[in-house]
Amino acid sequence: MGDERHLRSVILKRKVINVVMLTLSTLTAMYGLVWLFWILGDVLLNGFRFISLQLFLNDPTPPGIEGGGLRHAFVGHFIITSLAALIGVPIGIGTGIFFAEYGRHSKLIKTFRNITDVLVSFPSIVIGTFVYALMVKPLGHFSAVSGSVSLALLMIPVIAITTDEILKLVPNSLREAGYALGAHRWQVIKDISISAAKRGILTGVILGIARISGETAPLLFTSFNNNFFSLDITKPMASLTVTIFQYAMGPYEEWHRQAWAASLVLTFGTLLFFITAKAVVHGMRRSA
Amino acid sequence: MKRREELIEALTGSTLGLFALGVGFLFPISTLFVLVYESLPAIRKFGLIDFITGTTWDPVAEVFGALPALFGTLLVTFIASAIALPVSIGIAMFISELSPKKLKPVFSTAVELLGAIPSIIYGMWGLFVIAPLMADYVEPFLQETLGRVPLLGRLFEGAPTGVDALTASFVLSVMIIPFMSAIVKDAFEMTPELLKEAGYGLGATKWEVVKNVVIPYTLPGIVGGMVLSVGRALGETMAVAFLTGNVHQIPKSLLEPLTTITVAIANEFTEADSDVYLASLYYLALILFVLSFGLLMLAKFYLLERLGKRWGTKGI
Amino acid sequence: MNNAPLKIEVKDLNFYYGRVHALKDINLNVYEKKVTAIIGPSGCGKTTLLRCFNRMHDLYPGNRYEGEIILYPDKVNIVGKDVDPIMVRMRIGMVFQKPNPFPKSIYENVAYGLKLKGIKKKSVLDEKVEQALRGAALWEEVKDRLHENAYSLSGGQQQRLCIARAIAPEPEVLLFDEPTSALDPISTAKIEDLIVELKNRLTILIVTHNMQQAARISDYTAFMYMGKLIEYGPTEKIFTKPDEKLTEDYITGRFG
Repeated sequence: MGDERHLRSVILKRKVINVVMLTLSTLTAMYGLVWLFWILGDVLLNGFRFISLQLFLNDPTPPGIEGGGLRHAFVGHFIITSLAALIGVPIGIGTGIFFAEYGRHSKLIKTFRNITDVLVSFPSIVIGTFVYALMVKPLGHFSAVSGSVSLALLMIPVIAITTDEILKLVPNSLREAGYALGAHRWQVIKDISISAAKRGILTGVILGIARISGETAPLLFTSFNNNFFSLDITKPMASLTVTIFQYAMGPYEEWHRQAWAASLVLTFGTLLFFITAKAVVHGMRRSA
Repeated sequence: MKRREELIEALTGSTLGLFALGVGFLFPISTLFVLVYESLPAIRKFGLIDFITGTTWDPVAEVFGALPALFGTLLVTFIASAIALPVSIGIAMFISELSPKKLKPVFSTAVELLGAIPSIIYGMWGLFVIAPLMADYVEPFLQETLGRVPLLGRLFEGAPTGVDALTASFVLSVMIIPFMSAIVKDAFEMTPELLKEAGYGLGATKWEVVKNVVIPYTLPGIVGGMVLSVGRALGETMAVAFLTGNVHQIPKSLLEPLTTITVAIANEFTEADSDVYLASLYYLALILFVLSFGLLMLAKFYLLERLGKRWGTKGI
Repeated sequence: MNNAPLKIEVKDLNFYYGRVHALKDINLNVYEKKVTAIIGPSGCGKTTLLRCFNRMHDLYPGNRYEGEIILYPDKVNIVGKDVDPIMVRMRIGMVFQKPNPFPKSIYENVAYGLKLKGIKKKSVLDEKVEQALRGAALWEEVKDRLHENAYSLSGGQQQRLCIARAIAPEPEVLLFDEPTSALDPISTAKIEDLIVELKNRLTILIVTHNMQQAARISDYTAFMYMGKLIEYGPTEKIFTKPDEKLTEDYITGRFG
């Protein structure tokens, strides 16, 4: 039975390799989780240590003077992001609808759709330089609205592609049922496609907002920064992210503390959007 | 009444069409056009070859060369991807093949959350937490061990400051792992059960099925995911902005500061005080545009498309 | 009624998926170098039973075997807890419902099971690959393109490749799970001829939803219904004068 013995040793060796590789795979998964908990842990710990009510209520004080806050950045971030969503959401959804409902049989529109897909991963800083040339240079100064435009440009592809993908899941027979009743295309889109895909589109919108709410690079040279509280969207405006960038790079301890506290709000704000989007998808699967 | 509906029909069609034309065509084309236009002074002054191969970046003398930033971008991206790839495959394998069914969504969500953290948080965490650890422990340790190995040791020469190629690459790798592993995991999960059973039916172990069935079957997806992640890493700014030192030099070791295209733009754009300086930064942006657009197109249209075909045409 | 030696003996087998009691008190003798067909309406448990023989159920959580499946000549209990499923699968091969070649070359597909047995020598591999492909009646069609991707073959050829892949490591028993359900009539006929040919070398168990197929190629037929083995015997008898009313109703097409 030499054969049998040989076979057993071969199988044993293969099993050992199997266990080694499976262990390695488990270890890499743990490795990935370590960073998640480490980062979130640091942000939580440091953030909670330095967070206070005055962070939200006060504007910055000159370095060295206690009692400063980041009210200007919170408000600014909210304004810039909301304005971006106001521009980006309708255009993003509209583009997605066009790709899915009008572009199924056109090669050209499919190409546009694929380019849009590529734009989802496009370097955000390049968009910042683009908007700088188009809006900041001609106007001669930075402005909140140019920051919103660059964020809108970032979120449009995300929303357009999710909308497109979700609409493609709506069965064609539903649309045909609408057409058979004599509906126009816009009525079919409004009453059948969109109403069937509502939740999916909403997910895309939330993901798009999550994507831009943590963005820094395109704001650096569009909305720039402002040490003062401002509601004027034609003027430079502070945002949380750019403020964190400036404060973390800065030389003052107090700035670093505020940067941690701001990071806490930013991180959990972004993750909240993300989790909401996941919950919406989950609800969609449930109800389907 | 009929009239009104037809009017709406025409209006919706053309408005939505205009949006799509704007997003899918005019926006990228005009970005390219604007970048070229804005970098014209630099293009005229340095040309293409001289700019790409130039190693001097001197705002005072108004001489600009892109090589250090370009090299830095490629180096940091390469190291980050090299770390991220095996880890991502391991994570994907763990989630799709090993973890108990009930825990699968937990692990998937954890990885996705890691990917949803804003990049500036990675950057700040890297600066405040990782850089000191690298400077005080990891880098001296590497110098003591790998640094003694001939040739390889050269990569670890210099003062360990924590703000250098190694730290920047490492933090960037942590940032792209979730992205890469999500794509690889999705590809893994598209392997037909029947195909895996063919492997098990012959007496293969789990690892053998992954190695010989799942990975070959999903190879275009893995490569596509990798290229896509590399494209992402190339254009990432904030995660590395704090950690490179923004020094326009080609580092001789991994412990020297350097810069990347994105970091140079982020740090210098608002300070550029001459036309040529600003134009040179735009020129860098143009190079980045071409690089990442090219890579992303390659990943999306060539590799992932091929995978789609493979999945599509075979009836398993 | 027969002199063929026993190859597999199923004794009081019960099988559960979680709380579902999928197989109930199965008793069955499978004879060496014969074709045994398992028939029955969908959901009767025929595939579930087949997949017990090579412990395929072990791949998914929540399954439980009770009873014994004894593999002769060494009388191993296939579903015993201490028995290594990998060892079982190397002795009992399987061909699936749809052709499922690996995304590799034709040669690599056939050589895979041999490599799992630790055979590395190129000359031995070459020889055994050729043998297996000849055994699966595919050699003449593919001998000039062994290193092409397996997906370049037609559906019927792919299924014969899967048979070659399964017989290459020389298993003692081969399980067929509705092997022709995805094929056209001509490819089906080729596979059926092949199965009859193969029984000279090994024991075959085949699940089929096609009664004519069972009648054409099998020596013994088992009829299952709702997780139970209703009747088992020589094919001729089952199809001409079954003992059970249920069997008769099924083969005459009154339900199913």
